Parts: sequence; structure tokens; C-alpha cells
Amino acid sequence: MTTPTAVALEDTKVAFRLGDGRVYTAVEKAHLAVAQGEFVAIVGPTGCGKSTLLNVAAGLLKPAAGSVGIFDQPLAGLNRDAGYLFQADALFPWKTALDNVAIGLEIKGTPRAEALPRAQQWLTSVGLGAFAGRYPHMLSGGQRKRVALAQVLIRDPKILLMDEPFGPLDAQTRQVMGNLLLELWNADRKAVLFVTHDLEEAIALADRVVIMSAGPSSRIIGDWRVSLPRPRDIFEVRLDKEFHALHREIWSVLKDEVMKGYAQSTHAAEAV
Amino acid sequence: MSRPTLLALQILVAVICIVLWQVLSTVPVFGKILLPPFFFSNPFDVFSQIVKWFSSGVIWKHLGITLTESILAFVIGSAGGVLVGFWFARQPLVAAVFDPYVKMVNALPRVVLAPIFALWLGLGIWSKVALGVTLVFFIVFFNVYQGVKEVSRTVLDNGRMLGMSERQLMQHVYWPSALSWMFSSLHTSVGFAVVGAVVGEYLGSAAGLGYLIQQAEGVFDVAGVFAGMFVLSAFVILIDYGVTLVERRLLVWRPTASDGRG
Ligand SMILES: Nc1ncnc2c1ncn2[C@@H]1O[C@H](COP(=O)(O)OP(=O)(O)OP(=O)(O)O)[C@@H](O)[C@H]1O
Ligand SMILES: [Mg+2]
Repeated sequence: MTTPTAVALEDTKVAFRLGDGRVYTAVEKAHLAVAQGEFVAIVGPTGCGKSTLLNVAAGLLKPAAGSVGIFDQPLAGLNRDAGYLFQADALFPWKTALDNVAIGLEIKGTPRAEALPRAQQWLTSVGLGAFAGRYPHMLSGGQRKRVALAQVLIRDPKILLMDEPFGPLDAQTRQVMGNLLLELWNADRKAVLFVTHDLEEAIALADRVVIMSAGPSSRIIGDWRVSLPRPRDIFEVRLDKEFHALHREIWSVLKDEVMKGYAQSTHAAEAV
Repeated sequence: MSRPTLLALQILVAVICIVLWQVLSTVPVFGKILLPPFFFSNPFDVFSQIVKWFSSGVIWKHLGITLTESILAFVIGSAGGVLVGFWFARQPLVAAVFDPYVKMVNALPRVVLAPIFALWLGLGIWSKVALGVTLVFFIVFFNVYQGVKEVSRTVLDNGRMLGMSERQLMQHVYWPSALSWMFSSLHTSVGFAVVGAVVGEYLGSAAGLGYLIQQAEGVFDVAGVFAGMFVLSAFVILIDYGVTLVERRLLVWRPTASDGRG
């Protein structure tokens, strides 16, 4: 029995041309496969190229070498099967929360009268039913992330790319959001590529945790399977013995990279 | 400070100024009148002039003309600014080619164009509209250009990932962004539409507020000049208030400084 591969990065290399003509290789030979229905978390030190990899999977960035396959088809242009939750604020500031969510459907030609009630349902399911009329600047950081989540999910993408979606949130809210995400994901098990800098969060949420080395030319240096039973509760799973063992094991690898990544970025800053 | 106190103080300033003006232009100080009526008139005369204009109704025609010219200048200038701004922002090559010429024309003091427009378009309203257009156009153009260029990269990528076509990006991303920049300069561009109209009238016309002031000046009727200036100020304040109302309607989604958050 083989499940189809939703996202396949094969020996993907990403390089940026810097202003002064030099070329900065952010990611070297990344090899990563996400099966259909699989939840994969990417963890790595800051600046290692996590967002870059997601951009490649989204089709927003062309790799310098290697290939990107989406459901076994080579990716050309944008990845139409993917919904992307950006690291930075990406809501349309001139639309209300409701319109921001509804736009996902309206683009596809769904009549507004039909899109609005469904958008309202999605807002309710991310816990923002009462905030439909607010503009993004009237929402808190966490509320904006939830609207963005609804905006992506209403289109029912087959692949979900999430870049530190809970990044700016406090620890408690992160856990609430994590449980919300798992609940929504459990309903129809999309393929998820989830970037985070929080190892505990990665283990608690994912089926697999992938570790990237510090940049430049960062690589994928580890790939662990998380076999904690589902459905999980983020609060409780952290008390599990297996969770702790896995955490210790992964952290021993990640720790060195984090120190390296920090040292390299300070050196790079000094060199400039 | 509470609103009534503020209002009271604001009115107080006006009253003091007017009283000072009235006293200094009628009562001698040390045997000398400090504000000779020939140059400074006095509030009473100015006020009666304004009353006369309104009671006889002559002023309405002039106000109407100036208003028409301002509106036309604003509408035509904005439409042109939006179109060209969009075009330049979406076609960097065009923008690069025209850049020095745009800068050159914009650097020109528009007043020097007034005689040319009068020559080309006659002394009717269109030469004034043209002057206003040259002022409004550049403000709107620069803002729309900026607005389209400065759309957040992430918001744009988000639109793309949500499946927007180029046309939908235009409608849902570029257009609102450009409009918000344009509206943020609405006060300035409306103000300049009025300036264009009045200056044009002043330099040669047969009607309008600028004409009224110029006529009074021509016969050394200082009361008439001041009266014209006051009517003009009131006119501009009213228009500005209207703009504020429109702006509040259209930019509800914008954070304001008073929100206390970035
Ligand atoms: N457009 C660009 N031009 C040049 N360098 C870039 C560009 N975009 C990213 N980089 C570099 O590529 C590397 C990877 O960036 P990326 O945004 O993927 O990091 P990240 O892992 O997402 O970090 P963080 O956890 O801080 O979000 C960084 O060193 C960054 O400086
Ligand atoms: Mg990132």
C-alpha cells in the first residue's frame, strides 16, 4: 500500500543573489517528502531557511537546483493545491475579518451571498464568530492568525503550509491554538508542513519532526517519527514518557545547531 | 480640555482679534491711527460687505463658479493621476523613461502656466480647471504610484496563494492600497483644486471668488478684499469638513494614531 506523496523536495537548493553580486546559498540539497495526510514539522535555528523551504513548496520561489513534486507532478508556477499561512501578517487590511475569510471562496467564483455564511461558520470554528466586522488592525496578533487560518482553510486546500503560525503568541494561547489546529486537522487529515522554532510544539503536533542545520547552505540533518497516539491533547501529551525521551534525543542534535546558528549570524554581522 | 472650553477659547481668539482690529483702525492711539482704514479697512465694513453680497445674492454665482471649477479640477486631476499612477507602477520601464520629465513638470511653479492656459482655453472656467488639474494630478499621481508599489510583499503573495488572477489582484490588492494612499492626501489635493481655481480666476476671469477679490483690489476696496478672503476661507473650511466626512467613511479600516497601537 502506498499513499501518494503530497510534497516532495528532491535535492532542493535555494540561493539568493545578494545586492553586491555575491550569491548566498540558503539551503543545500534538501530532501523532504510529506505523504498525504501526514503532519510534518520543520524545526531549525533562526535564519536556517525554513521559510525559504516553504516558499519553494508554495511555488513562490524557484529552487536553484533540484526538483519539487506535488502529488507526483513537477511543480511549475504556484502550487495550486496548497494553502499558505505566512509568517508575517498577510490579511488584507482593508477587508473585515469576515470579508478576509470570504475572499478565499469569492475568488473561485462563489457568489458572495453563499460565501459570507460559510465564512461566518469558519470564523466561529476558530473562535472568532463575534469579530466578523473587525478590521485586522482591531484584532490582536493571535486573533489575526486565527482569521488567517480560517482564510486558508475555507478553500479546503489539499496541502497546508504553515510558517510559525503561533509565533507571536504567548505560551498558553499557543497551546489552545495547537489543540484547535489538531482538531481541525483531524477532521480531514490534510498534508501539513509546519514550521516552528519550538521543539515541544513540533513533537506535540506532528507525525514527523525534521531538523535543519544552521545556515548558510543548511541541510536537513535529522528526521524523527513521532508515534504518540492520536487524537492528542497538547497539554497532556507533554507529560508522556515517550515525549520526553524523544525531546531529549532531538534536542541533543538541535542544541548544537542553535549555538552554531547564533554564532554564525553574529560573525556574519561582524563581517559586514 | 473639554470641548466647550476649547470652543470658548477658540472663539475668544477670534473676538480679541476682531476687537483689536476694530479699535486700532478707528480709535487713535497717541494721536495716530495704527491701522489706517485705507489699508486695513475695519471689521464692520468687511462684515457689511459680506452681508451685502449674501443678501443681494451676487456671491452665489461666484461661489458656484469657483466650486464648479474646483470639483472639475479635482475629478479630472484625480482620474488622470490614478490612471497614470497605476500605469507607471505596473510598467517600471515606462516609469523609468518618463521619470525625469515628470520631475521636471512637477518642479515647475504652476502659476506660470496660468497665462498659457488662458491663451489656449480662453477666460472661461476651463483655463482655471486646467490649472487646478496640473496641481491635483501630481499629488494623486505620486500617491497612487507609491500605493501600488508599496503593497506589502506578503499580502500580495497571500493573494496569489489564495488563487487570485492578475485582475483580481488589481481589484482586491493594488486598487485598495492605491486608494488608501490617495485618500490620505485627499485634503491636500482638494485644497490644491481650490487654489488652482482661485489663482486662475485672480489672474484673469469674469467670475468666481478670485475674480471678486481681484476686482476689489483693482479699485483699492480693501473691505472687499478682506470680505473675499473671509468668504474664501469659510468656503475652504466647509469643503475640508466635507472631505473629512468622506474620509471617515472610506478609511474605516485604517488604524488611527489615537488607537494607541501600531
Ligand atoms: N531575498 C533574500 N535575499 C537574500 N537572502 C535571503 C533572502 N531571503 C532570505 N534570505 C536569507 O536566507 C536565509 C534563510 O531565510 P529564512 O527566511 O528561510 O529563515 P527562517 O529559517 O525562516 O528563519 P526564522 O526562523 O527567523 O523565520 C537567511 O539567512 C536569510 O538571511
Ligand atoms: Mg521564517
